[in-house]
Amino acid sequence: METMNFLITGVGGQGTVLASDIMAAVGLAAGYDVKKSDILGLSVRGGAVIGHVRWGDKVYSPIVPEGRADYLIAFEILEGLRWLGQVKVNGTILINQQKISPVMVSSGLLDYPEEKTVDEALAKTTPNVFKLHAIDVALEVGNSRVLNIVMLGAISSMLSVDQKIWEDVIRERVPKKYADLNLNAFRKGRELVKVNHI
Amino acid sequence: MKVLMSGNEAIARGAYEFGVKVATGYPGTPSSEILENVAQYKEIYAEWSTNEKVAMDAAIGAAYAGRRTITTMKQVGMNVASDAFFYAVYTGVRAGLVIIVADDPGMFSSQNEQDNRHYARFAKMPLLEPADSQEAKDFLGIGLQMSEEWDTPVLLRTCMRVSHSAMPVEISERKWDDEAKMPKWVRNQEKYVSTAMWAKKRRPIIEERIVKLADVSDKISINRLEWGDRKLGIIASGPVYEYAREVFPNASFLKLGMTYPLPKELIRQFAEGVETLLVIEELDPFIEEQVKAMGIKCTGKEIFPSYGELLPTDIERLTAKAGLFPIDKVLEPRDVTPQNLPSRSPVLCPGCPHRSTFFNLSIKGKFKNLVIAGDIGCYNLGALAPFYATDSMGSMGASFGVAHGFDIAGIHDTNQKVIGILGDSTFFHAGITPLLNIVHNGGRSTMVILDNATTAMTGHQDNPGIEKSLSGKGVKVDIEGVVRGCGVQFVRKADAFNVKAVDKAFEEALAFEGPSVVIVEGPCFFTGDFKEDPYEVDSERCTACGVCFRLGCPAIARSDEVYEKNRKRKALIDPVLCTGCDMCAQVCTFSAIYTTATDKK
Repeated sequence: METMNFLITGVGGQGTVLASDIMAAVGLAAGYDVKKSDILGLSVRGGAVIGHVRWGDKVYSPIVPEGRADYLIAFEILEGLRWLGQVKVNGTILINQQKISPVMVSSGLLDYPEEKTVDEALAKTTPNVFKLHAIDVALEVGNSRVLNIVMLGAISSMLSVDQKIWEDVIRERVPKKYADLNLNAFRKGRELVKVNHI
Repeated sequence: MKVLMSGNEAIARGAYEFGVKVATGYPGTPSSEILENVAQYKEIYAEWSTNEKVAMDAAIGAAYAGRRTITTMKQVGMNVASDAFFYAVYTGVRAGLVIIVADDPGMFSSQNEQDNRHYARFAKMPLLEPADSQEAKDFLGIGLQMSEEWDTPVLLRTCMRVSHSAMPVEISERKWDDEAKMPKWVRNQEKYVSTAMWAKKRRPIIEERIVKLADVSDKISINRLEWGDRKLGIIASGPVYEYAREVFPNASFLKLGMTYPLPKELIRQFAEGVETLLVIEELDPFIEEQVKAMGIKCTGKEIFPSYGELLPTDIERLTAKAGLFPIDKVLEPRDVTPQNLPSRSPVLCPGCPHRSTFFNLSIKGKFKNLVIAGDIGCYNLGALAPFYATDSMGSMGASFGVAHGFDIAGIHDTNQKVIGILGDSTFFHAGITPLLNIVHNGGRSTMVILDNATTAMTGHQDNPGIEKSLSGKGVKVDIEGVVRGCGVQFVRKADAFNVKAVDKAFEEALAFEGPSVVIVEGPCFFTGDFKEDPYEVDSERCTACGVCFRLGCPAIARSDEVYEKNRKRKALIDPVLCTGCDMCAQVCTFSAIYTTATDKK
């Protein structure tokens, strides 16, 4: 099969690295060759973070080539916009409807992009855009920190990998006492895309 | 069994499997996770040394003693360590010694972009370049064996994309007898005492060794020919091989795992077998120049730049331009991202103890006429918005030395005073010797040590100033004691979370006619564990004066509410991000910031 390319973007502290770890582990458990790469910049919190994950028969480079991402999974709106150029024509975008203002914005030096700008840019990139209220689901489930797992739930519903593989990997990768919370978040995330579809 | 591992995790696993007993290093992105992972294996002694040179000497000693050893560092750490590994090439080692350096093409978190492969050639030691996690682990085993067989340290060079990328890695158990007795040391001065008369005798041995290692390079399995379409032959090493393989799936490849000394016979054979020879490498033309020096025609830096990363898309576009890749297959960049998006550059975290220092030293603050030499660490963010507080930053410990340079050049004649600022780990790493230098030579600089009791920027490793070490309990060294021991008479300590106290300490130190030191103490939020109730802004009292914004705290945002007299936006505190550090309440002149935990003022 053609290599499948995922980009996971967000803000440091949103759990993107755990999400890309899980994506890679799921691919491996599903029988693919996988590679992943996280770019963290300085290891100070609150910076932009991007994770590349690739599944395929034989994957060489750990980096998703520019303009060839099949899926952009954005945990934050601005961090979604920033990487639109990486998405391939007719690729799929899942974008959490959460705004986290960078200091340039909160200190009044620049403005956060307006909704119209956001929508136009998304539409220009691909018709397959899913604006997900994943942060609301995470809070509903009980903790904003499971946002990453809600987003994985959403992407999982678009892929052919067995739900059990996802859940086994999640159980393995999260602290034991939060396993149920995370699995709950994952399942709610799976429903999210369908809801948005209708 | 295969396990997903980053390059750094794989190297740590390799250290375990291949019988490493001692591991030293100094933290630095992208290398830090190697030692952190090594520390999980109880069979291996692991320590964060005070700097890379200390780590290197200790590693050399451990290898002399007969234990397989690794030492780790980031790319610029090699410069610090270089004095040590040069002599180790002369003395040789008894047990395997592999030096692991993580380069940073693209400068994701470094002050420069040096290509450390040159150090292998410079010091005349063999060089291995893994392309991915599996190779990172395997090459460590090869390196240890090579080190023992050829009696030399071996350089293992990764880069950010190897260190921080992950793939399934085949793992196995430790092949080592940990019960084996420590071998007794037998004095051998002519080998290990590198004094001129004996070192001179070692000198030809090094040349002979490197010639013989070139034969090894020709035969070793990690240098391999991969014949494909003979029209195009590509020589590549490290992750660039993976990128090039993806762009040219059908080309012929000479995949190099050992890049110094180069396999000359293999290169000749490959060059003769292909029509066009291309050398694709990130950073300097290290391989290319040597290939050209052999009289072989090849293309490299005529096409590719000598800086930055060389990602698959770059390789596609640049080779297409040179007519080596079908131009119709090149994806044009998609013009879909909106222009002028606000950047999300790193900032001091909410609750950061460094904030008070840079608020006071900020370009908008009261201290005028200061020259401020900065240093490596989170506090380098003081150079950025909204503080713009520092004048220079270059390398570990440079702040004190550069400040002294301004002083001895006579900056005081311009009515300017000089400050050098560094953190606790940087002080221990390279700040003590310049401090001694200032005291001894009668300098007048003010030196600020920001003691947040951790090595924060690289991920909170220990340093001599705290009670913990990588292997457990550490002995805490008192910074003030060290400073006084260096002969500094004027020392002030200030609580980092008391903005006025920090200000007062700076004022007094700057007024002192002689070398002065201010130690600003306050734990990093992530190791200090002091989360308090969040603060709030009383919007009736807030006059949108903006002083709290000057703290550059991510938790303080501009509200949509406008103060009618100046038409400016008032402040608002994000309760999720606020750590309750109290600094904003201290600087608010209208008592508009409060916490519900105490009463409204």
